[in-house]
Amino acid sequence: MDEQLKSELRRQGVVATSLQELYNWGRRSSLWPLNFGLACCAIEMIAATMARYDLARFGAEVFRPSPRQADLMIVAGTVTKKMAPQVVRLYNQMPEPKYVISMGACAISGGPFKQGYNVLKGIDRYIPVDVYIPGCPPRPEALIDAFLMLQKKIDEQYLTGPNRPRHLNADLPSEFVVPEFSAHDLVPTQNSEVWKAPLVNISIAGKNESGRN
Amino acid sequence: MSILTETPIDLVPGPSSDRSEGQLLEVSMGPQHPSTHGVFRMDVTLDGEKVVKLKPVFGYLHRNHEKIAETESYLGCMPYTDRLDYICSITNNWAYALAVEKLAGIQVPERAEYLRIITGELTRLQNHAGLVGFLMQDMGASGTPLMYAFREREKVLDLFEALTGARMMCNYMRFGGCRVDVPANWLQQAQKVIDGFPQFLDEFENLLTSNEILMARTQGVGVVTREQAINAGISGPMARASGVNYDLRKVDKYGIYDRFSFRVPLGEHGDVYDRYMLRALEMRESIEILKQAMRDLPAGPIMDPNTKIRGFRPKAGEAYGRIEGPKGELGFYLISDGTASPYRYRVRPPSLINLTLLEDMCLGQNVADIVIILGSVDIVLGEVDR
Amino acid sequence: MNLEEIKSEIEANVPGCRLEIIPNGSPSGQHSLLIDADHAFAVSSYLRDATNRQFDYCSNVTGIDWPIKEISTKVKTKKIVDGMEKDVDEVVKTQTGGYLEAVYHLFSVEQRQGPLVLRMRTEDRTERVHLPSLTPLWRSAEYQEREIFDLFGIVFDGHPDLRRLLMWEGFEDHPMRRDYVDPDDYEYEPTAHDEVLKRAQAHQAAEGGL
Repeated sequence: MDEQLKSELRRQGVVATSLQELYNWGRRSSLWPLNFGLACCAIEMIAATMARYDLARFGAEVFRPSPRQADLMIVAGTVTKKMAPQVVRLYNQMPEPKYVISMGACAISGGPFKQGYNVLKGIDRYIPVDVYIPGCPPRPEALIDAFLMLQKKIDEQYLTGPNRPRHLNADLPSEFVVPEFSAHDLVPTQNSEVWKAPLVNISIAGKNESGRN
Repeated sequence: MSILTETPIDLVPGPSSDRSEGQLLEVSMGPQHPSTHGVFRMDVTLDGEKVVKLKPVFGYLHRNHEKIAETESYLGCMPYTDRLDYICSITNNWAYALAVEKLAGIQVPERAEYLRIITGELTRLQNHAGLVGFLMQDMGASGTPLMYAFREREKVLDLFEALTGARMMCNYMRFGGCRVDVPANWLQQAQKVIDGFPQFLDEFENLLTSNEILMARTQGVGVVTREQAINAGISGPMARASGVNYDLRKVDKYGIYDRFSFRVPLGEHGDVYDRYMLRALEMRESIEILKQAMRDLPAGPIMDPNTKIRGFRPKAGEAYGRIEGPKGELGFYLISDGTASPYRYRVRPPSLINLTLLEDMCLGQNVADIVIILGSVDIVLGEVDR
Repeated sequence: MNLEEIKSEIEANVPGCRLEIIPNGSPSGQHSLLIDADHAFAVSSYLRDATNRQFDYCSNVTGIDWPIKEISTKVKTKKIVDGMEKDVDEVVKTQTGGYLEAVYHLFSVEQRQGPLVLRMRTEDRTERVHLPSLTPLWRSAEYQEREIFDLFGIVFDGHPDLRRLLMWEGFEDHPMRRDYVDPDDYEYEPTAHDEVLKRAQAHQAAEGGL
């Protein structure tokens, strides 16, 4: 049905929708985040749920303590190597469909602590991430923006066809490898099904750097 | 007629030692647990409801602050201090700046000292308010006290944002002063927030201080005696709740705290209720300090003109500087070898050391009291694990 | 608070202990007292219990790694060169370091004094890394000594529960040591410079380059 006809009908008091729209509307309007904070960003996440920013306006104020009841994981803060297995395990325990917001510089890439021996250089090395929000920490408005972005992303998903999302495709995995502790580092250090190192020409970056020096 | 008196005697459980093996329940609380303050884990052994053993597990937020600092410049470490105890970034800045000033012998101009006290005490206000909110959240008062606390916190954060450009990670202090002077109209706004704070406190205390549930849940729970507290290195409000009269603002008189008149509240019982009460009283004293500081704030420079910020290389040596942070004694121990980055950079984390007695406080208590006791210690994991 | 006074007082009360004052070059003037490991416990318990000292509050405990470092200093000596006496600069190499150090900052709550800085040194950095634990005296040292054990590898004898504090069980390195090399996860460094750039280039070379 074309959009014009639909809006015309709506004006007349007739709601016409497709199953896909209804399904997506239901999912995007009640995202239940996992009650789960890691570091500094978690405080801004709490601030976002409080009276001033009021995340409840977007249907996402119900922070669930159990991963079984949540469908959104906000990775808010530095993921250390000691914590990474737990984060992946929590993600695995969430039922499909599930989404991940990577909040703040640390969750994206390790942020200011990137060079630390116990810091994971981004949670996307182990689990797929839907929305990244930069900032250290991102403001509550940024988190709200991430919510809107995620809702938009859900709205655009197809129920059928080759582009359908992961939870509707039985062939795609919904659980990912949980890294294990070893003598010096995590094993494996990354999940190559989820993440591949982007190609960066480091020698050129180096030339620029020495030029600056 | 009471039902309890009619309980058949053979159903009353005997002392725990009589129980057969396997009756104890081991529970791992955390690192993802709604009532742990961040990624903190406790391995708890329970006998029914009673805690018989509790071992905290740290390191889930070990971000290698101290190692990274060894490769950073002295100034480059300053933003990292913000992220230690991420609720009170300004007092962290202060402790680090104080340690470097001791290491290099830098003087701080008077106006900067006043600005430090104003921002530092505002930090204490929002930390204590937030802490009480979180404590009530742990107790089951879901949301409401925390909402009240965060409403006030936002007002303070607005001031920080207007002054430093960031809500949480202020990065405000420099060795020898402060980074920026107050913008136009800031002092009037700050005055408004400070004048409005007692009203919030009255409202808050009206709801909480003589609340029957709060008293029943917290009085006599998690007791720390004075001797225990000193021996275990407990500092800050937690030590004072146990009656240790040791407030670094009075003892060290760092900065210009000797110019202000304020009282140091002390607790008698050392239980969770005293720790709650002490925070409420400390907030009122902070307001007194703030009022005096706002009144006396002099004009003048905010940076020591002789201090080199870039290419700063202090002489070889070491220094330990400490301040009374909102959580307790926050110290920085720096060793310089004459180069641009510290040879050793150590944070004395009050949150970690205040947890030393966690097991002692929890033994024999109910499992539901663990989260209250933990909440009353006031920890921030960024500082516990660093 | 005079460190010389404290030193002679301890020497009078703890027979056989070897103390040394380590001067501090910074304006802070916090000089420290080096105590030998054998008498560390006795010295510390004297400091805690002596009624005129009462260092009841052990605030900060930390470790420092001092790897072996060669310092070359130029010394002017007189030498006979070609039958003539001349001033010649001679480079003298001295070795310092080669030990791990534990530092304790003591304060007195009762007498409001401090800090008194105590230091203890291990014999080397690999084998003989044992020091006595002061946790039985001050419980505040419990977690901090565990942290030093974890990150520096000093073994504290007499500690009630000496396990790793921050890193996981089974981790083998001591990452706060100066010669620790962190795992090679430099595959993606978009803004590499200095040390990181070298590591990233090394990683890329090992992978076969772009």
